[in-house]
Amino acid sequence: MAGCRFYAGYPITPATEIMEQMSWQLPKMGGVFIQMEDEIASLGAVIGASLAGLKSMTATSGPGFSLMQEHISFACMAEVPCVIVDVMRGGPSTGIPTLPSQGDVMQARWGAHGDHPIIVLCPSSAYEFFDLTIKGFNLSERYRTPVILLTDEGVAHTRESVMLPPKEKLVIEERRKPSVPPEWYTPYDDRQTGVPPMPAFGEGYRYHVTGLAHDIRGYPTTRSDEVGALIDRLFSKISRDFHLLQWFDSYQTEDAVVTIIAYGSVARSALRAVKEARERGLKVGLLKLKVLWPFMRYIVMKFLESSTKVLVPEMNMGQLSREVKRVNQGRCEIVTLNKADGTLLSPKEILGSLQDIYP
Amino acid sequence: MKEREHLIYKYLRSSKRFPHIWCPGCGIGILLGALVRAIDGGGYSKDDIVLISGIGCSGRLPTYVDFNTLHTTHGRALTFATGIKLANPSLKVIVVMGDGDATAIGGNHFIHAARRNIGITSIVINNQTYGMTGGQFSPTTPFGLRTSSSPYGNLESTFDICGLAREAGATFVARSTVYHARLLEEMIGLAILKEGFSVVEVMSHCTTYFGREIGLESPVEMMKWQRDNAVRVEKAEELSEEELRNKIVIGVLVDREAPTYHELYEKLIAKCRLEDNAL
Repeated sequence: MAGCRFYAGYPITPATEIMEQMSWQLPKMGGVFIQMEDEIASLGAVIGASLAGLKSMTATSGPGFSLMQEHISFACMAEVPCVIVDVMRGGPSTGIPTLPSQGDVMQARWGAHGDHPIIVLCPSSAYEFFDLTIKGFNLSERYRTPVILLTDEGVAHTRESVMLPPKEKLVIEERRKPSVPPEWYTPYDDRQTGVPPMPAFGEGYRYHVTGLAHDIRGYPTTRSDEVGALIDRLFSKISRDFHLLQWFDSYQTEDAVVTIIAYGSVARSALRAVKEARERGLKVGLLKLKVLWPFMRYIVMKFLESSTKVLVPEMNMGQLSREVKRVNQGRCEIVTLNKADGTLLSPKEILGSLQDIYP
Repeated sequence: MKEREHLIYKYLRSSKRFPHIWCPGCGIGILLGALVRAIDGGGYSKDDIVLISGIGCSGRLPTYVDFNTLHTTHGRALTFATGIKLANPSLKVIVVMGDGDATAIGGNHFIHAARRNIGITSIVINNQTYGMTGGQFSPTTPFGLRTSSSPYGNLESTFDICGLAREAGATFVARSTVYHARLLEEMIGLAILKEGFSVVEVMSHCTTYFGREIGLESPVEMMKWQRDNAVRVEKAEELSEEELRNKIVIGVLVDREAPTYHELYEKLIAKCRLEDNAL
């Protein structure tokens, strides 16, 4: 529905189901599915197909996601739209196939080499997965940047019924193409939006794409003024629209003394814990993040100011909580609840923690 | 001379800042000339050619010419090419790689692209060394040779790039040297014509590093070595294995027919759509 017509992937639990569905569905829509020889090749093929004009994606889990980092960096630099799903499983290394984890939060942000901006979306239910996949493709095409859908085994393997909106209600964004003739086209120059229009290979705009630092014509350069302008634009094209990337849900936070900040399947446990705590008279609330990167600091700051304590439960040894602490700067007390043993953080555990820290 | 000037104006990017990065005497320029002449001879539209490279000295080659050009990551050029070819099978996809690019870091992609028989022309320029990083040994560096990363001699045996391509399933395999520039042009022309996965290995020379390592100081000496050690494939058939040792067999080594991946996939789409409509 998002308009994806190319999928390249490599089998890995717990993301294989996405690949199997794509191998089944895409040929019927005239789209392309290919199983590649590894994850590096998968993302390479995805970037190639995107340059040839198709909306493209791949899906993987932690070990494969590590292999893809080289090409995530390439897609950032060459500004090629693509969507990458990472279904997190227990790590490090081969880890625990295939029990849930949230261990790739920082890898999604900083795994690729070099300084780069990145958009990471995080669903916590089947419907949010649907919704954020469409939004992810839209963002990817709008900003010409890789978008990562970061989810965990818990969410990816959850079966639940969803009400899909009618197709005509969906907002689907298409890639902006150049409006000038080829001889006027400058591939990496656009002062209005920061995102240059992008023709497909074969459409008559013969231009150069490279992972090297390049000038506005796409040719390699080491001139500091040109490189600096490029890197500035790569960051500012996303940061200028930071206010549009504030997707979250809040639940009973108006009078909350303790607020939980959670994402992914942990947010589901946290919601249940909040309901049970409220039954016991504790004033607690939940802030569920649907965008992890760029980190929505102003939203989080608001909740840090209105609460006495903030609890950050995660299925890792503390990754997003570092970001919360950075934003906090002494506003309130931050408590972390970490677990990385392959089991889900249960409502009971979160409730226990809430009771322990409740002032 | 007049014709050559014409080709430069037609294919060289006038907007690109020159000079190029290659050392004086490098073989890559000869390859680029042969490639451009082969494309021109084939009568293809510039818009339909996608020229892709990996990393290394050969990686810079697409920058200078006026096609759809893509400079990818080290060893992964074929994966990008696979995506482009499948997304738009009407494009002519040509990949230029070095020996380290194609057979070391990209060895896995090389054999699988050949196995799929996807419509990509691969040109592997083999200078038997990692030139850009300063002359380290590569998978095609002769056994025993001292290089900057094998100061006591290379302990590894070499890859036969054409043999690798043939066994992996490439439907067209040819070899030339940069000394045999006309043959090279002809081989590339045939490879681009081929619908399936085609490979042209181009024996070249790195005068800056490899030449120093083998004791041949000038590009002229290195090209003379190519001339004296190349054997046409027709003649090679009459020679014994012993006589062919350390010789470069040039010409068309493999030319066979097999269904290509992108054609099979187009048929699959047609079939799926037919079944879907029948439901």
